This record gives sequence, C-alpha cells and structure tokens, in this order.
Amino acid sequence: MILAQLSSPPDPSFWREAFQTLSLRAGYNTTVVVLGTTLLGVAAGLVGSFLLLRKRSLVADALSHATLPGVALAFLIADAIGNGLSAKSLPVLLLGAAITGVLAVLTVQLIVRHTRLREDAAIGLTLSVYFGVGVVLLRAAPDYASTPASGLHHFIYGQTAGLLITDVYLMGAIATIAILAAAFLFKELALTCFNDDFARATGWPVSILDIALMALVVLVVVAGLQAVGLILVVALLIIPPAAARFWTERLARMVLASALIGGASGYAGSTLSALLPRQPTGAIIVLVAGALFIISMLAAPTRGVIPTLIRRARLRARFATDHLVEFLFDTASPASLSEVARDRAWSSLQSRIIATGARTAGLITGPRSALTLTDAGRARGRRVARNHALWSQYLVTYADLAPSHVDFSVDQVEHILSEELIAELEQALAKRGIKITSAQTSSGGDA
Amino acid sequence: MTSRTTPNPRTHAPLSERPEHSAEAPLSVHAMTVAYHRKPVLWDVDLDLPPQSLVAIVGPNGAGKSTLIKACLNLIPIAAGRVEFWGDTFEHNRSRVGYVPQRESVDWDFPVSALDVVAMGRYRRIGWFRPVTRKHKQAALRCLEEVGMGEYANRQISQLSGGQQQRVFLARALAQEAELYFMDEPFAGVDAATERAIVAILRRMREQGRTVVCVHHDIQTVPEYFDHAVLLNMRVVAAGPVAEVFNRENLQRTYGGRLTLLTEATEAVARAERGST
Repeated sequence: MILAQLSSPPDPSFWREAFQTLSLRAGYNTTVVVLGTTLLGVAAGLVGSFLLLRKRSLVADALSHATLPGVALAFLIADAIGNGLSAKSLPVLLLGAAITGVLAVLTVQLIVRHTRLREDAAIGLTLSVYFGVGVVLLRAAPDYASTPASGLHHFIYGQTAGLLITDVYLMGAIATIAILAAAFLFKELALTCFNDDFARATGWPVSILDIALMALVVLVVVAGLQAVGLILVVALLIIPPAAARFWTERLARMVLASALIGGASGYAGSTLSALLPRQPTGAIIVLVAGALFIISMLAAPTRGVIPTLIRRARLRARFATDHLVEFLFDTASPASLSEVARDRAWSSLQSRIIATGARTAGLITGPRSALTLTDAGRARGRRVARNHALWSQYLVTYADLAPSHVDFSVDQVEHILSEELIAELEQALAKRGIKITSAQTSSGGDA
Repeated sequence: MTSRTTPNPRTHAPLSERPEHSAEAPLSVHAMTVAYHRKPVLWDVDLDLPPQSLVAIVGPNGAGKSTLIKACLNLIPIAAGRVEFWGDTFEHNRSRVGYVPQRESVDWDFPVSALDVVAMGRYRRIGWFRPVTRKHKQAALRCLEEVGMGEYANRQISQLSGGQQQRVFLARALAQEAELYFMDEPFAGVDAATERAIVAILRRMREQGRTVVCVHHDIQTVPEYFDHAVLLNMRVVAAGPVAEVFNRENLQRTYGGRLTLLTEATEAVARAERGST
C-alpha cells in the first residue's frame, strides 16, 4: 500500500509537501511530531548501543511489553482515587508504565537467578505474561472506571497524532539525558559491556552502572510509548546500533552512528507518515530504520556483506592467479590453459577468467594453447613455488605430516605467508639442516 | 584434611599475626569455602602467598582454580572463611591487585582497539566521568610495547591472534601497575613465541618485586616457569615451593581421583538442593 502510494504519478503537491515536512514547515502539528520522533530516535540510538553491547537488548523487549499492565493499572487507580486527578493524565499513565516495566526486568532477573531457566526463556515468559495481564486489564477497564477508557490502546501501536509540544519537551529532556550519560559514562559503560568481571575487580560498581543503563532504557521506552507504541519501541533500541556496528570498529563512532541512524529514522519516518496519513507513524519509523539496517548490512565498507564478499573474491582470484603462475613456472615450458584447468580442477569458464586476469596483470603472454610467463610472472612464480616448498617442508619436518598429505594446507597457506613468517620458517628449517634456496619444487609429493 | 570451622568472629586480628599464617604474605586465605549455586566447589582453603614470586595454581578440570581466584577478588561470594591482602581487606588494597581474566570470558568482536583495551587498566586511576587523556594513552602504549605489541595498538581486537589477544590482556594488567596479580590461564591457547614472551614478562614482574598467581594447565612447565605451586582439587592438596611440593605423590593426589568422598559429598549436597534425595 505504501509502495502504491509512493509510486503514484509524481504529483507536484506531494513533493512540495514532502519538502515542507522535511524542513519542518508543514504546520505546527507535523513539526511537533517530526521533532519529537527525531529526538526519540537519537536517545534510543545512544542508549541502545550500550544495551546491545551488554547483550541485554531483549530485556528491553520484556520491559516495553510489560508497560501495558502499568498503563491500565495507573488508569484504574487514578480513576478510583478521582479527586481531581485525571485518569488519563499522561504523567500518571507513564509512571505506571515505568513501574511495571521495571518489575518485569526484576522478574527476569529473579527467574534467572533462582531457577535453571535460561534468560531467553525467562524473557519470553515474562514478556508474554505481563502483556497478557495488560490486555486483560485494558479490556476490563471500561467496566470498572467511571472515566471512558478509550485511547488507552493507543499505547500498543502508538499514535503520534496525539503528541503535544510538552511531549516534545519531554523527549528533548530524555535525549539530553541520554547524550550526557553517553558522554560522561562512556568509558564506564564501555568497560562494563566489554568485561564486567574486570570492571568489578578493579572497583567499578557494575550493578550501579547496569541500573543506570536500565534507567536510561526505561526513560526511552516510556517516552517512546506514545510515538511508536510499546510493541515497536524496542526496535528503536536494537536496530540503529545493530546497523551502526557494520560501519565501524570503534565504540565512540558506533555510538555516534547509532544516534544518527536512530535520529534519521525518526525524522524520515515521521515525515513519510505525514505524507501517508493512513499509516501508523511508529511502524513507518521502524520500517525506515529497517531499511537503513539493510543498507548498512549490505553496503557498509567495514563489515557489510557485499564489501566482504568482494574482498573474499579478490583473495580467491589472487590464489587462483598464484596457482596458474606456479603451474607455468613449474612446467617451465609453454602450457595450454586446459592443461592447467585439468590440474587445478577449474571449469573452462573459471580458467578463462583467471587467465584473462593474469594477462591483464602482465603475468602471462602467448595464445591460450601455449601460455608462457612474462618476467613479472616468472618472478611471482618463483616466490609462490618457494613458499610452497618451504611450507610443505615445514609440515613434513615439524608437523609429522606424510608428504602426500601436505598439499591441501599448502595450497591455502602458501599465498598468505608474510615476510616474517617466511623468515621464521627458513630459520626453523635451517636448524634442522634443511635449506631451500631457489625454486625447486617441494620434496613432498607434489609431482 | 582437618575440618576446621569458620574463624571465631571475636578474633579480628589480621591473619598475618596468626602463627599459622605468614606475616609478609601479600595474600592470605583462611578456611575459605566457596559454593556455586550452593554446590561447594572449594573446601576449607588455607593459603599464604610468598612475596615476589611466581605462583602456579594447578589441578584437574573442575578443581576450582578459577573459582579460587575469583573468590579472592570478591567476584563471587565466599560461603565461609577470610581473605586478606597485606593483612587487610581487598577493598582497602584494590589498587594494588591486578587481574587477567580468561581470554574466552570476553567478546573479542567488541568494537575497540588493542590500545583501548589496555587503557582500561588505567580507568580506576582516571576516575569517574573523565575521558582517557593523552597521558594515560601513552602509558597504555608503553605497556603494549612492553609485551611486544606496540605496532598493533590501533588494530581492532578481533583481528589479533589468540596469543596477541592474551598479550593485550597482559598489557592491560601491566597498565594497572599493581603489586599482586591474578591471571586466569595466561598460557591457554597461545603460540610458542607468545608463551616465551609471557614467561619473560612474568620474570620481569617478579624482579620488580611483584607477585603473580597463575592458573596453569601445563604441569610439564611448572618447574621451569614458577617458584611456588598450589596443587588444588576442591581443597589444597599441597602448597609451597615447587621443589618441595611438586612431586609425583602430590600430583597423584591432585589428579588421581582419590577424592571420592569429597565428590560424593558435593553431589549429595547438590541432590539435596534439588530435593531429589
């Protein structure tokens, strides 16, 4: 449905509206929503980074689901007290949400500590039971309260339309707290996440730091209830840091990237949903975050899937070129490509690609039926053959491998021997009085 | 083994003043019993570590070697007994005690560099809320260089070999600038070059007057690497200078499975806990 709406003919008013929303000029209400969700995304991204690295992300899921009974109970209690206290006052409902959320986290910890259940089971159990209680209470609320209970269910999926400027202040405050905590407790939280035993042994109060982290999570979850709802708010804590991890190997940069991705998701998601009025904002925000995650997973240069595959393919190509050059070096006379292919069990397509690569690199020359090495190719062949000989001799001498068994590992290792390793190998072999100087083929079963 | 009860709470004199404990020991353990999930894993441990020495804790799997270290460091509660550092509590001497946890105990895919990890050894010195300053980074770099890892300072830690990771942990311990070190299997899964390097570092530490306690798995190398040995199998079988205690008979008693009574008692307690006796 979203796609259909998006792919409808480019109505000029659509783009104008989009630009106005993106630049926060699309009217007061939309601006409030966009600001609020952006701040929420930043806060969730920051807090979520540490949560992810502490391997506690799912605890936040239990926490968020468990806010539902809190909302319902707070409503019922406030209604029963009455006395000028509005049963639907947001602070009261959110306080209730925070209380049962924290209770759920404690429940998980109690179950793990005192039974043989593992954490995943404890989380699943706690999450569903609290949520079930919440659903029952929500259904029962209209029968017991004098105030109409309509609107409470908005906490499940979120309803950004109800966001007020005061809510944006709240999210701004929470984002500020999260930023301050990430800045001032950076090394403390990093140490706790990386190595809690060492942190404890060196005198850091790990349980207090954990409580501080959990408190931040509670803040983010409770603040996110209205905007994205209790089912999806946990996504904002998990997806941005998981996406950020693909881009960097440094914690500070990961935390920043996570805040950025979280903020961008909130910003772009709420903008999109302003243009697609029938779609719930929370879901759109999470879908935007999901899209950013997929992009990160596939394309991030550091750890993305595609760059990794490319690196691996390059390495394999290098190995294959080594084998081709080594073969030609060993035979020392022109050889046909099909001969090499048979020796290495390459398909004809494979061998042609490899040969083309080697030709482009200026390693081989001559027609496909009689390939010869260039000077550069001979130099490379000599190096590879020598590594091969060194390594197989080492395996035969030191690892007690039968000469006929060394070839497989030789094939892997001969290409990646570093200068130091080669020097070490030479030394080790020299100690046994074995010297491999030039490019003779290994004494092993390589014939 | 004599069964001793927990120390009399009225006697609060430091262990070092007691006749059965040594006065200059950096660490004294008295009648310590430790239980995991109420299943006892260490019974009635008595121990004094000599100053300026390399101490090996050896024993079979499940003997409680890591548990002993962790209990001393207050990482797991002790069911009974006392632990003293230089005649005082651990809390009062924390900054003088260093720790190298088992390498497998952390996630090496964590987004930090080798230098970042070593700098963690200085966090306590840096204190709450403050960032790691240049001065501390340089100190951390010196420690990395001391273990021969200076050129790897900016590597992400998952890109290091097992031996290099172990050296990073050792460098972090050096950065703590402690006087007494607990190391949990510093030689586990390292290559021969790293093993030699670690031994050299340990000896240098001893020359500087420090004491290092290592959980050690390779009993072959104990006489070569260590001065003292603690032979452990749920209780202290023998402890003392390697020349005195590291003999066939004691090793037999440690590894020889003649602990049926203790094992049975432990199992019985565990069964009773589960309520299935």
